[in-house]
Amino acid sequence: MPKDGGIGASTTRREDVRFLTGKGNYTADINTFGQAAAIFVRATVANGVIKSIDTSAAAEMPGVLAIFTGEDFVDVGGNPAGWLINSRDGEPMKEPKRPVLAHGKVRHVGDAYAAVIAETEQQARDAAEEVIADIEELPAIIDMAAALAGDAYVHDEIATNQCFDWGWIEDNRAATDEAIKNAPHVTTLELVNNRLVPNAMEPRASIGTYDAAGDSYLLQTTSQNPHLTRLLISAFVMGIPENKLTVIAPDVGGGFGSKIYHYGEEALVLAAAKKVGRPVKWVADRTESFLTDAHGRDHVTKIELACEKDGTFIAFRTETLANVGAYLSNFSTATPTFLHGTLMAGNYTVPNVYVNLKAVFTNTAPVDAYRGAGRPEATYSIERVIDMAARELGIDPVEIRRKNFIKPEQYPFGTAAGLEYDSGNYDALMDKMEAMVDRKAFEERRKQSEANGKMRGLGINAYVEACGIAPSNLVGVLGSRVGLYDAATVRVNATGNLSVMVGAHSHGQGHETVFPQIVGEMLGIDPQSVDIVHGDTSKIPFGMGTYGSRSLAVCGSAVVRATEKIIAKAKKIAAHMLEAAADDLDFTDGQFTVKGTDKSVGFGDVALKAYIPHEFPIEDIEPGLEETAFYDPANFTYPSGAYACEVEVDPDTGKVTIERFTACDDFGNVMNPMIVSGQVQGGVVQGIGQALLENTTYNADGQLLSASYMDYVMPRADDLPFIAVDHSDGTPCTHNPLGAKGCGEGGAIGSPPTVVNAVIDALQSGGKNVTHIDMPLTPARVWAAMNNA
Amino acid sequence: MYAFDIERPSTIADAVKALSDEDAQALGGGQTLIPTLKQRLAMPATLVSLTGIGEMQGVCIGDNGEVCVGGATNHATVAAETASSYPGLSGLAGNIGDPAVRNRGTVGGSLANNDPSACYPAAALGSGATIITNTRQIAADDYFQGLFETALDEGEVITEVRFPVPEAAHYEKFVQPASRFALVGVFVAKYADGVRVAVTGASENGVFRWTEAEAALAADFSAGALDGLSVPADGMISDLHGSSEYRAHLVKVMTGRAVAAC
Amino acid sequence: MASVTMTVNGKSVSGDVEGRTLMSDFLRNDLRLTGTHIGCDTSQCGACVIHVNGEAVKSCTMFAVEADGAEVATIEGQANTDGSLNVIQQAFQDHHGLQCGFCTPGMVMSAAALLKDNPKPTEGEVREYLEGNICRCTGYHNIVKAIMAASGQDVSAVAAE
Repeated sequence: MPKDGGIGASTTRREDVRFLTGKGNYTADINTFGQAAAIFVRATVANGVIKSIDTSAAAEMPGVLAIFTGEDFVDVGGNPAGWLINSRDGEPMKEPKRPVLAHGKVRHVGDAYAAVIAETEQQARDAAEEVIADIEELPAIIDMAAALAGDAYVHDEIATNQCFDWGWIEDNRAATDEAIKNAPHVTTLELVNNRLVPNAMEPRASIGTYDAAGDSYLLQTTSQNPHLTRLLISAFVMGIPENKLTVIAPDVGGGFGSKIYHYGEEALVLAAAKKVGRPVKWVADRTESFLTDAHGRDHVTKIELACEKDGTFIAFRTETLANVGAYLSNFSTATPTFLHGTLMAGNYTVPNVYVNLKAVFTNTAPVDAYRGAGRPEATYSIERVIDMAARELGIDPVEIRRKNFIKPEQYPFGTAAGLEYDSGNYDALMDKMEAMVDRKAFEERRKQSEANGKMRGLGINAYVEACGIAPSNLVGVLGSRVGLYDAATVRVNATGNLSVMVGAHSHGQGHETVFPQIVGEMLGIDPQSVDIVHGDTSKIPFGMGTYGSRSLAVCGSAVVRATEKIIAKAKKIAAHMLEAAADDLDFTDGQFTVKGTDKSVGFGDVALKAYIPHEFPIEDIEPGLEETAFYDPANFTYPSGAYACEVEVDPDTGKVTIERFTACDDFGNVMNPMIVSGQVQGGVVQGIGQALLENTTYNADGQLLSASYMDYVMPRADDLPFIAVDHSDGTPCTHNPLGAKGCGEGGAIGSPPTVVNAVIDALQSGGKNVTHIDMPLTPARVWAAMNNA
Repeated sequence: MYAFDIERPSTIADAVKALSDEDAQALGGGQTLIPTLKQRLAMPATLVSLTGIGEMQGVCIGDNGEVCVGGATNHATVAAETASSYPGLSGLAGNIGDPAVRNRGTVGGSLANNDPSACYPAAALGSGATIITNTRQIAADDYFQGLFETALDEGEVITEVRFPVPEAAHYEKFVQPASRFALVGVFVAKYADGVRVAVTGASENGVFRWTEAEAALAADFSAGALDGLSVPADGMISDLHGSSEYRAHLVKVMTGRAVAAC
Repeated sequence: MASVTMTVNGKSVSGDVEGRTLMSDFLRNDLRLTGTHIGCDTSQCGACVIHVNGEAVKSCTMFAVEADGAEVATIEGQANTDGSLNVIQQAFQDHHGLQCGFCTPGMVMSAAALLKDNPKPTEGEVREYLEGNICRCTGYHNIVKAIMAASGQDVSAVAAE
């Protein structure tokens, strides 16, 4: 049993109190004396040449303080891509500049080409309508295949719409081709991984403040990683020295990837604050979020699975077009490559894998990491084609997977896609899932559904993913331009309570509760005496932020390392107090005890001694008790899962209803089961949203047709059942001190193919010869597929 | 939003007077109008709020047994107060939008706007309701005139809607999953002198009566009576959520389900 | 400008507002009650749900002048008089019915309106009632569970933590 409030306890969240009472402090809630408002003027065409922008009428409007256009930022830098990808021929990727405001051309609907600063938001809005731009509309470049074939370019200066043509692993290409050519059975599937809008419920917002006396800036912004935002603004975009720029991400209303990145609006409010000498605030409306937040997914893939007649896998080969949109967002080049291609062996011992992926510029919003980021695309391709192959070969879908699973005794296992998985037990997950689902009783449930005029299907799925991003040495070799460690400072105050400054930002993950559980357990003290500080670059040593299910595995490990340093130093102080050798002390339940004696001193007394160092060996030990650790993981962590979904399909309307969903995950050691369950349930529902509901549709002119909640289908409570989850008895991660694997994304990775497999199973059982439907499986699409079958 | 004033008259007469200004616009519950104003797609000088007019509020039973609903009555009130007098209408009103929207949106606002995917037009047309305005009475068959088009004149206010109560009625709605409007909604009402079938969400011309189904159901009020019928896809809406063929198909499916539920 | 007077969370307040001032803006900007959130422009997300004269409404889709004279309740007024969480708020904490917290005020206000009319809702009734409240974090699992628990129902049999 876990200790009360310690590691493994389902401690309720302390941060909930402020959110439940309306006392959260989100960026839009912050109002500063003298603040002005910024409103952006955005392109209404997808592709156009900016012939001129006349701001003179707008400048005369009431309350207007300043107007910016792209011309004002030609001398500052661009917002860079964080990862260099080389094409198969060795050529580096194309990196067109992404300016603060569009200059010369607008490249997607919503691309900002001017900004108005006024006394009030309404005045800024009124004036924005008076900014007169002469924009010559050009044909929009939307379809990826057409973009590659055509001779019109999103960025004329690179004279191509191909960002890169990547092969993984290029040296394996010939062997994979040969294996597929000679295979007894090859299943081929062409599929679309639908484009999604992350839709954190809090729209983006930023407030810039400039202090002329110190020539310093403050940016309060909706960010998952304030340090990275500071680094990008300082080193690449604005050139503001890091010591002159504080970035604070206060309470943030969800991110899911979309708030990892630095956006031009953040740079603009800083420049504007300096120019007008007042704080400048911008809050996006939902339409702006749809048009300008980085979108997710958007792959078109052909996957082939070669196997023996008995279902033994021989090779996976994919060809993918990945949309990067109009500009390269910060992680946009890593997401479809090293977070996708490297996972293309799945949970399997398959000996041959080859991935070819072309990244394509189009006149659409930038595409980047969204919950799961590359791994959902990999899992979807693999697990859909496996299901199809099993059906073709007449093999049970569970059995074909079990036949090819990496077995527990094979770890560490180097996959054909180049990763080394450290631990896992996929058969055990499958066993657990089958028991929870009560698969034997499924046929009975199917009969009941049929009696009610419905087709019922069972879909299953296995996934493994790579998260806890990421080992700096490895990602450096692979092209990352940053390190992906994290940092924590543990400050023991004189009175024995603690402030822990962490690099990971919490925007729903529960860090304020979980990190104290860890520190409290390690120090044998009440977690309530530990508080977390996050989201403020002026208070925290450094941090690479929250994404890629890294908070616990990477930042949590930094917390452990810093706490270990605290214990080591406290032990030296205790040894001095107890007049014993440090090696002779035990530390248990917050007490330092001389082994074999009843002589002991409590942690609180040691803390006090550190700050009141009377009779203190200052030659050997510094006063104070504060330690910092940077933790760089040795490897990714590899969570895995076995999922099952049962659906009913209405044969008259094509409507799919999720009847049951079961998620069995291996996250290694679990710190707070309640929070982990919540992460899985939320992730699963985002995956169900992708599978059944959500789609981002641009028309041929590049207009976003699904630009509001009137047309973009967010999952609602009445679309869903309860989600059964289990994450007990995981196989610990072998290389981080907590044995923890990331849990934030598994749900979104594992669920889409599970749902689609279930629908196909339902249709097949109902006598419809439907082998695949592209997501989202809307009633209209399912009905059309049934009626064309 | 552009700037405007809001007037809150307490009588129909004051409202009509305020609406005589050509830049004035009526404000019902605002559940459609306010989002439109936010997009700066309308530029009224004055909004005349109708929700404070007592004589336009509430539900009662008329002299001929019809259910009379004040034009400014919100959907939640209609759902609650017609539950026993006209369950078919109650069911429709209780499934518009979401609970918070139903506490604000009004029957008059919905009918005046005549959104092609709104629910209320199906109830009004399917019931053969009479739309009462400050100047006249309009039969539902004459009232709906296409996409967002009605028989209302400028400044005319729907003060009441009178629904003849059928022997049986049911509204079957296949929701557009984002907006929660009707992708296709069918209101079937069986009266002593015939059956009315009104369809919303489907047609490019807004709500319409499916007269072939009405004739078939008048002869045999069962879902099976529809077997030989089909709805042409021509003129049906085609959008992100469904093709015209799909909508045409759903009209028949929803009609059958509405009949079965009657 | 028009002057409005109303009771918000039991206190009489007044202010001068434009016709176009939304109720949500009046609460957030004039009264500094920023617990009422804005998550969309089209009256779908429900982060702004408040009670006006006891009924749940979307404060982003109502003008402040329309609430003149009304009794208004917002998330800031929901806790018990001693400051402790009320039954619904406590159930949300106990059952992890929130993550990022942005949709939470609207969820709590909708839940309160539901339980007032329907003190023991079924799972299906809770899910249907939340049609106008969007959450991106929780998958609704723990929100539904929390609301059922707040109604005094035993939710121990509901799947998972």
